[in-house]
Amino acid sequence: MARSTSKDAQALFNSLRSAYAATPTSLKIIDLYVGFAVFTALIQVVYMAIVGSFPFNSFLSGVLSCVGTAVLAVCLRIQVNKENKEFKDLPPERAFADFVLCNLVLHLVIMNFLG
Amino acid sequence: MADPENAKEATTLRYAFGNVLSFHSSLDRSSRFLDPSFLCLLIDFQVIKYESVIHEFDPYFNYRVTQFLTKNGIYDFWNWFDDRTWYPLGRVIGGTVYPGLTLTAGTIWWILNSLNIPLSVETVCVFTAPIFSAFASWATYLLTKEVKGAGAGLTAAALLAMVPSYISRSVAGSYDNEAVAIFALIFTFYLYIKTLNTGSLFYATLNALAYFYMVCSWGGYTFIINLIPMHVLLCIVTGRYSSRLYIAYAPLVVLGTLLAALVPVVGFNAVMTSEHFASFLVFIIIHVVAFVYYIKGILSPKMFKVAVTLVVSVGLVVCCAVMAILIALVASSPTKGWSGRSLSLLDPTYASKYIPIIASVSEHQPPTWPSYFMDINVLAFLVPAGIIACFLPLSDASSFVVLYIVTSVYFSGVMVRLMLVLAPAACVMSGIALSESFSVFTRSIKFQLHGLSGSSQVDSGDASSSTVVAQNDAGKAEKTEDTAKERPSKKSKKKEKGIVDKPSLKAKIERRLLVLPFEASIFAILLLVLLGAFYVVHCVWAAAEAYSAPSIVLTSYSHDGGLHVFDDFREAYAWLSHNTEVDDKVASWWDYGYQTTAMANRTVIVDNNTWNNTHIATVGTAMSSPEKAAWEIFNSLDVKYVLVVFGGLVGYPSDDINKFLWMVRIGGGVFPHIKEPDYLRDGQYRIDSQATPTMLNCLMYKLSYYRFVETDGRGFDRVRQTEIGKKNFKLTHFEEVFTTHHWMVRIYKLKPPRNRIRGKTKKPRSKKAQQLEQKEVQLLRGIRGIRPMKLENAKCTVMLILHLPRLWLHFEQELNSEFARMNNRCLLILR
Repeated sequence: MARSTSKDAQALFNSLRSAYAATPTSLKIIDLYVGFAVFTALIQVVYMAIVGSFPFNSFLSGVLSCVGTAVLAVCLRIQVNKENKEFKDLPPERAFADFVLCNLVLHLVIMNFLG
Repeated sequence: MADPENAKEATTLRYAFGNVLSFHSSLDRSSRFLDPSFLCLLIDFQVIKYESVIHEFDPYFNYRVTQFLTKNGIYDFWNWFDDRTWYPLGRVIGGTVYPGLTLTAGTIWWILNSLNIPLSVETVCVFTAPIFSAFASWATYLLTKEVKGAGAGLTAAALLAMVPSYISRSVAGSYDNEAVAIFALIFTFYLYIKTLNTGSLFYATLNALAYFYMVCSWGGYTFIINLIPMHVLLCIVTGRYSSRLYIAYAPLVVLGTLLAALVPVVGFNAVMTSEHFASFLVFIIIHVVAFVYYIKGILSPKMFKVAVTLVVSVGLVVCCAVMAILIALVASSPTKGWSGRSLSLLDPTYASKYIPIIASVSEHQPPTWPSYFMDINVLAFLVPAGIIACFLPLSDASSFVVLYIVTSVYFSGVMVRLMLVLAPAACVMSGIALSESFSVFTRSIKFQLHGLSGSSQVDSGDASSSTVVAQNDAGKAEKTEDTAKERPSKKSKKKEKGIVDKPSLKAKIERRLLVLPFEASIFAILLLVLLGAFYVVHCVWAAAEAYSAPSIVLTSYSHDGGLHVFDDFREAYAWLSHNTEVDDKVASWWDYGYQTTAMANRTVIVDNNTWNNTHIATVGTAMSSPEKAAWEIFNSLDVKYVLVVFGGLVGYPSDDINKFLWMVRIGGGVFPHIKEPDYLRDGQYRIDSQATPTMLNCLMYKLSYYRFVETDGRGFDRVRQTEIGKKNFKLTHFEEVFTTHHWMVRIYKLKPPRNRIRGKTKKPRSKKAQQLEQKEVQLLRGIRGIRPMKLENAKCTVMLILHLPRLWLHFEQELNSEFARMNNRCLLILR
């Protein structure tokens, strides 16, 4: 039972890796950025757990800025992905411009809330 | 008397015709969407009937805050600590008020003044609400257009322009949060639907900003942040997940939470209270779902199955652990993290059991059934038709509107104040229903006309009275035959789809034409127009009669037809502002707090914000106690004047005697020596000769009925419809200083304490003080024996020397109590 599970896990892992290698490089860059943002958020949470949550607004704005940029990057990835039928009319420049605008608003709010 | 009637009828007819015209325009699909907005502005009777005055109670507070903002600028406004209310506690205005309304009005005033249009702040405040109701109508048009199309949009906007429920909170002078909040609500929903339909991140940003404006404006923003996650969950569960859903929801949560945390009133509640947890939960769920879809897309089906089994077995354990922690955290707080008001929405009996203040507000009572018909009239039975129309076909947007109407119907059933949230949803639904039915009838008319003028299409047109049943409602199909002949407008609208077979014209096969008989369609359209006319007539009547009263000025018609105006409230506040010192404190029940600070400009003890239950209970206890005890309480709060509202002479029913039982309940909730049964005789609340002695001796009774006998000789109370119990009595600790013209507001002054207290005092005396007292008595007796007149000076100096230690003791006591009071104040500020 355990061996079949581990063999399944191995097979799964390999198929995932091969499928992911097929994605275009631009999307992989976005994925890397998302991963980096989430990683930064995790570091901040661990730091807060060690040091304490005062001042709370700074902690909130730091974590939410990481989560926010991750979410916006995922939205960008959705809109730029050529396999997505819903967005084939959307020029990638427009998608990127929306991404930049939303990030601007997000970071303006973050700067205000950072305290 | 005859002329106003005629004028009103003329305006009613004009509105009826105007509405018919706008219906026609919806048929032609022209974009005359300015019409409904203009209609809103036309219904503005309040300014015509009375002067431009601010209504009710809450708007006076908002007006005072706006005055402060325009005078002192925005930094002082953010940091304002108001020491003229809730004496001696004060109130941090910057941190406890929703700034959206005041900032909006302040901005409008500032822009106009910088353009050299010198409008006063009061004018801007009075007219903010009608302007924003026009915007709300425009936003309803946009929202319904996204859901169903421009025709439905126009109809919905026209309906919202007149719906009485919304008019009641957006008349000129109703300067309250809902005036701008409803516009923000509809606009946020519109942007959400637009993002959902287009998948554009730009609209997602705008959506977050509109949500920010809503958070600034009203505490009802929690409705948005719970409804949208509910809708997302519904979409996921019904299999309508798409990447547009992710783009519509995920940025909103992050940006929205941050923006909500920016507003000082909300602050960290945006992440800590249970009202927001739904959004975070669905945020996590949508990420999980998105990830699952992504994996499904890149793996083969067999591998996907393997992945699912693996993940489920491991993930379930982790999930259970996290849920357990979360449940423990939430359960540790007694209210499970919800605020009192939200809990009373979820459990309607909560407030009456635990928080009498929330239960006592008349706006928080459940509505009666007739009030639905009064407030949304015809829309009440057009809504189910609209719900059916939304299901044909079901899209993301229409499922959202269905969810919106269902939740708002539930919440409006809990609190009559939330009928206001129901109104836009009802208008949207009814707009959809009316527009769809109009298009059905006009299409069949067009088809019939085309068939009459053409040649070969006639046969198939007549023959296919066989109707294909509508997709959803098989059960209602029997009625469709009958309703075609009867009045389809009065029953629910059924849609028939008849597919016409025309083998010769292939294009027509695809089009689904309707096959109602020609006369029936014309008749039905006429009836629908008549329905619209009834709606307009009712709305105009409701706006003119029921919802235009500013409630600070009352009117009544005397039997010879003249108008009698009761301006007692403003009379009393003007007297206060002219005849008392600036720093005098006025005690009254909390209803009148805002008006007193705004109009009379005096410090009050409690006001409509009702944030401190104990303070209100103190005032309630004072009103329920006998004179001496009440005087003690008021004296400890530095009160100089007590204000009482009394309607017994003129029959004004919302006076303090009618509210008195709430004072007893709230006071009794904190001070157990006040018991409600003491004031009731056999469970009945009376003020006549059968009333209990506690009732007849309490301060409220005495202040209301002092010298009332002098008005008509027997003291007949017109509101309670009895003669009062205790008629001739004197006040020992208060003196009457002002009573308004119709005796509606009565102001009393606290008598200063007497200099010498004869006999025993109730204060605890130390042994030293007692000895001093005995020595003083002996000395006085001794001196009196000799020659009192000549020894006047000696007596004084001797008494002064003897009293010095006692004076020092008293001074020390005073200092201690002052320090204690300062300490409490500091603690409250820091908290």
